[in-house]
Amino acid sequence: MIIFKWLNDEILKMTWLSDLVKLLVEKVFNLPTSERLGGSLQFFIYDTIKIFILLSVLIFLISYIQSYFPPERTKKLLGGIKGIRGNILGALLGTITPFCSCSSIPIFIGFTAAGLPLGITFSFLISSPLVDLASLLILMSFFGFKIAIAYVIVGLILAVIGGTIIDKLPLEGYIEGYVKEIDNVDAEILEMTRIDRIAYGKEQVNAIIKKVWLYVFIGVGIGALIHNWIPESFIENVIGSKNPFAVILATAVGIPMYADIFGTLPIAEALFGKGVGIGTVLSFMMAVTALSLPSIIMLSKVVKRKLLIIFVSIVSVGIVIIGYLFNAFSFLLI
Amino acid sequence: MVIKILGSGCANCKKLEANARQAAEEMGIKAEVVKVTDFKDILAYGVMKTPGLVVDEKVKVMGRVPSAEEIKKLL
Repeated sequence: MIIFKWLNDEILKMTWLSDLVKLLVEKVFNLPTSERLGGSLQFFIYDTIKIFILLSVLIFLISYIQSYFPPERTKKLLGGIKGIRGNILGALLGTITPFCSCSSIPIFIGFTAAGLPLGITFSFLISSPLVDLASLLILMSFFGFKIAIAYVIVGLILAVIGGTIIDKLPLEGYIEGYVKEIDNVDAEILEMTRIDRIAYGKEQVNAIIKKVWLYVFIGVGIGALIHNWIPESFIENVIGSKNPFAVILATAVGIPMYADIFGTLPIAEALFGKGVGIGTVLSFMMAVTALSLPSIIMLSKVVKRKLLIIFVSIVSVGIVIIGYLFNAFSFLLI
Repeated sequence: MVIKILGSGCANCKKLEANARQAAEEMGIKAEVVKVTDFKDILAYGVMKTPGLVVDEKVKVMGRVPSAEEIKKLL
């Protein structure tokens, strides 16, 4: 347990880095970190470095593992499995299949053409952006392992339940007509060598850093503002325990936002530090990652409006419920 | 030789196209590079994660961008 704690503190939380940055801000810039300017500077430098280190290492590791599970293979693995077992497997495979909103259309069409039930496809589409190995490790770093594991479990449950509900509703007719005309083609899975996988991992790190670096800076900037400049009483009133609608508000703000977990974490961390409930913070993060305007627009090209609205509603309501549950049972986790 | 680049026009597809052209040029192969951007046509190759590289109707790479050196070996 002591070793585990040490590993978590030094490697995932990077307490050494926090100390180093504190030293830098206090000795070199001559700003005490207990005051506003020094404190927000420390938050900004420390969080930026930490997120970029985590981003590079985690994306590399995860891409290496994901290279074993291209969506073409996931499609084959899911074939022929019916009912809730299919939803569970779909949700689990969602966590290890590489995903970006740009590939949601071909994945949706490919799965549908292969005859997978709509519910299983949606279980996959809910869990894929929401839960992956990177989010697990990153949440451990910022919020500790109990919250991280709880997040992954409820994320998977949401994917399974959401997919099951869609499965039970008569919605097969709400897929765009052209999708059903596409024939299923199983590509031969091309085996990669270890060198290929390493190259793929590096390529993913580069591509993702290029894509998200701006969001990370914006996120850390907002985080630093919340951390040191916005009065606690204001936050407490708007999204703190004093507002019974805090979770709903956090979810509603998060849904249209397009950022990934790396950009939202510093904001979530700063809100959490200001005493905002863990459920409210997690709802915000889940809403940002699971749903976004670009991904909703993408999906609207393959499904009709009614199905799209049902999908967005199920996920949103699920996130709100999760938020209230986490707030109610937070004493078990913190 | 016909080289097809499967992808809806994302940055990776453009990079793959550039790498494929470079590889063909350096090897002195006369290749026609065709971009396939329609999802229907992409899925007809069974590829769900773009970009994909197809050489003479055979899928060689999917879901990643190989370097020009690697493409040379595939041609």
